[in-house]
Amino acid sequence: MVETLFYILVFPGFVFLSSLSFITEFVDRKLYARFQNRAGPPFIQPLADFLKLVGKEDVIPEDSSPAIFKFMPILALTAVLTAFAYIPLWTTHGLASFQGDIIVLLYLLTIPTLTFFLAGWYSTSLYAKIGAVRTITQLFAYEVPLFMAVLACAILADSWKTADIAAFYSAKPWLILVNLPAMFVALIALLGKLERVPFDIPEAETEIVAGTFTEYSGRLLALFRLGINIETIVAASLLAAVMIPFGLGLPWWFGVPLYLAKILFVIFCLALLRSVFARFRIDQMMRFCWTVLAPIAFFQIILNLIIKGFVLK
Amino acid sequence: MAKNVVIPVGPQHPALKEPANFSLTLQGEKILESTIRVGYNHRGIEKACEERTYVQDMYLIERICGICSHSHSTAFIQAVEEIAGLEMPGRGLYIRTLVAELERVHSHLLWLGVAGHEVGFDTLMMYTWRDREIVMDLLQVLTGNRVNYGINTIGGVRRDVTKEQLDDVMKGTQTLEERTKYYIELATQEPTLIQRLSGVGVLKPEDAVNLGAVGPVARASGVARDARKEDPYAVYADLEFNLITDNHNDVFGRAVVRLLELMESYKMIRQLVTKMPDGPIAAKAPRKIPAGEAISRYEAPRGEDVHYVKANGTEKPERVKVRAPTLANIQAVTKMLENGQLADMPIVVAAIDPCFSCTDRAIEIVSPDGPGILVWKDLREWSIEWYKERGLDLSGLNKKLISRLGR
Amino acid sequence: MNKPGKIGGLALSSLLKKPATTKYPFVKEPMIGKFRGKIKFSQPLCIGCKICMRDCPSNAIEIVKVGEKQFEAVLDLGKCIYCGQCVDSCPKKALELTGEYELAVLDPKTLKVKI
Repeated sequence: MVETLFYILVFPGFVFLSSLSFITEFVDRKLYARFQNRAGPPFIQPLADFLKLVGKEDVIPEDSSPAIFKFMPILALTAVLTAFAYIPLWTTHGLASFQGDIIVLLYLLTIPTLTFFLAGWYSTSLYAKIGAVRTITQLFAYEVPLFMAVLACAILADSWKTADIAAFYSAKPWLILVNLPAMFVALIALLGKLERVPFDIPEAETEIVAGTFTEYSGRLLALFRLGINIETIVAASLLAAVMIPFGLGLPWWFGVPLYLAKILFVIFCLALLRSVFARFRIDQMMRFCWTVLAPIAFFQIILNLIIKGFVLK
Repeated sequence: MAKNVVIPVGPQHPALKEPANFSLTLQGEKILESTIRVGYNHRGIEKACEERTYVQDMYLIERICGICSHSHSTAFIQAVEEIAGLEMPGRGLYIRTLVAELERVHSHLLWLGVAGHEVGFDTLMMYTWRDREIVMDLLQVLTGNRVNYGINTIGGVRRDVTKEQLDDVMKGTQTLEERTKYYIELATQEPTLIQRLSGVGVLKPEDAVNLGAVGPVARASGVARDARKEDPYAVYADLEFNLITDNHNDVFGRAVVRLLELMESYKMIRQLVTKMPDGPIAAKAPRKIPAGEAISRYEAPRGEDVHYVKANGTEKPERVKVRAPTLANIQAVTKMLENGQLADMPIVVAAIDPCFSCTDRAIEIVSPDGPGILVWKDLREWSIEWYKERGLDLSGLNKKLISRLGR
Repeated sequence: MNKPGKIGGLALSSLLKKPATTKYPFVKEPMIGKFRGKIKFSQPLCIGCKICMRDCPSNAIEIVKVGEKQFEAVLDLGKCIYCGQCVDSCPKKALELTGEYELAVLDPKTLKVKI
């Protein structure tokens, strides 16, 4: 009982994930600043932002429904915290696992997007409604390529259990190179899920103020931002576990730095992609995702099926 | 679900740098129609000019706008010098033109950064504003301040330039030219940027002429108007440069026009530095300007700036009127936003390089009895009534000003 | 010819360079050249003609007589626009510009200083 509580609250639960999320947010912002030849924020900036938001007053619009308004950030945070439990970090099994958990994982990562939509819709402010509608529209664009890319790797490993997938690839490391197109597609689709430039259309600051989060302030906004940061880590860990799982099963004093290095590599790629592109318009994004990303993911699935059928027997 | 939504963009909005109101009627993401309201930045500068001497007015006119401050100051001074019939020394005019071209460089680099920010390309903004620092440092060494240069005086300029400062100007121009070439390559090769700028804010050439667009907005639609070529003032008659026009008719064309104008400005700065004559920097100007009136045109970075000054033989002008370029361009925005998308609104408005501080001058109130003009006293009484209805009594404010005006 | 992500080359090379921004309150940069900051007044040179008061666009400077041919200048730092017109107008060159620009205070009554 105590052990379960320890796993849920401390490691790899709330405290571990929150601290790691502050560190990765700092790394992301510092890299983004250095790419732009600026100095960037100091080390404790994300923690300072969180504490400042927590100390401010929550303002709830009169026309909105307070119960749903307050519940959405908690739902988003809960979904991503639960998703983390199934991902293998530096060993070949996560905290818990069962057959089919990779599908559950992907759906748990979709829940935050739905909470953004509901949060924006129930805010009843014009800008929030437009942002909410854009979030759901964007969901139709990046979700299918992301699912296809992650499941292509699962098809090659012949299992729907994340622990088995990680074990399969760490036994045959050269197959990681086969999955490179899927990694490319997953990185770009992740930009859409995490709502970063070039796909930060729902939160486009210069067009609709703050999109879905326009009416949020104080503790609720702090929880939403914490949820987004933890979602970044969960998505990066998922990518690291499914697409670059090598060196698992080594002793922990080697495995932990390797895991952190993999996450930081994914964050580096995300920060670089964030700084070199301009924002897409929603119709351009649909066109791009369905004409460029989806075919590449589809090609990856066919390739994996061929390799599984003929090479691996 | 064909309900139309009216979304107010402004007066406070992250897309706008200054307050203005655009009411957009949307259907989904498509803009059906738009109405524009300006006037939030009216400060009564034209009236304040009538109460101050010409020497004090120079600084007041300069502060109409931060980015094109030298434009307004020079346009005003040129009108006053024309009324007074002064003979201008060559070196003074060369220094004035040098500062004018440096200001054009700084304004276009600023616009490039703002355009990048409006489409979500923050990296471009940071790099162009870093390069703008080179120009700001040059201007600070030449004139003593980074904005609001204050280098004009009636009859010429206030400060002289030394040989070292001119060498620094040449070196800075060299660096900026290489960087601008990189930005021209980036603007023509980066597909995410091109797809946001092309095809939006389309303004056909006949619409540009009918709606009275000026500056880079008109030149990007193929209309070849430039006050430096048509009505050369200062030393533009002695300089060689090209008039840049483009045929794209959209925001991408405006970006190309501004980038190529930057290259022309570097050419002009080099010519100014090598050809600068020696001599005095200012002519002796009288304190009382004789009666007369004059109009002066100036090509500001945003377009054509027109100033009208009427003097009556005293130390203070009788009437000053300012027509800023944004007032001419803003009427074209409604045409450009037709059938566009909501996501295009920020970049279309930013492409005309709006400066609402320049735009807001006299107010005309339309009442049920027909259009009329309110004088200061009536405006003041009306505002005191308005606040009294809401429980505040402000009739004791500014009694000294009322007694000084005496009307 | 389309090169997506062209600015990536510049972004990656900036990782190795020193940042262009400085951490301002801890690292101060002096203004170069003759910057128009706070005005300095030399009492022995002033003859009390008050041309500076007449030419000031915002009525920021005030010349007060404190004795026989002795004058003091009181400057309102809040009203001054740092244009330097008083420096140019003074016939005896009693005013000059300094480069001091950190003039913010917490109490507005301390803005009127004797210079």
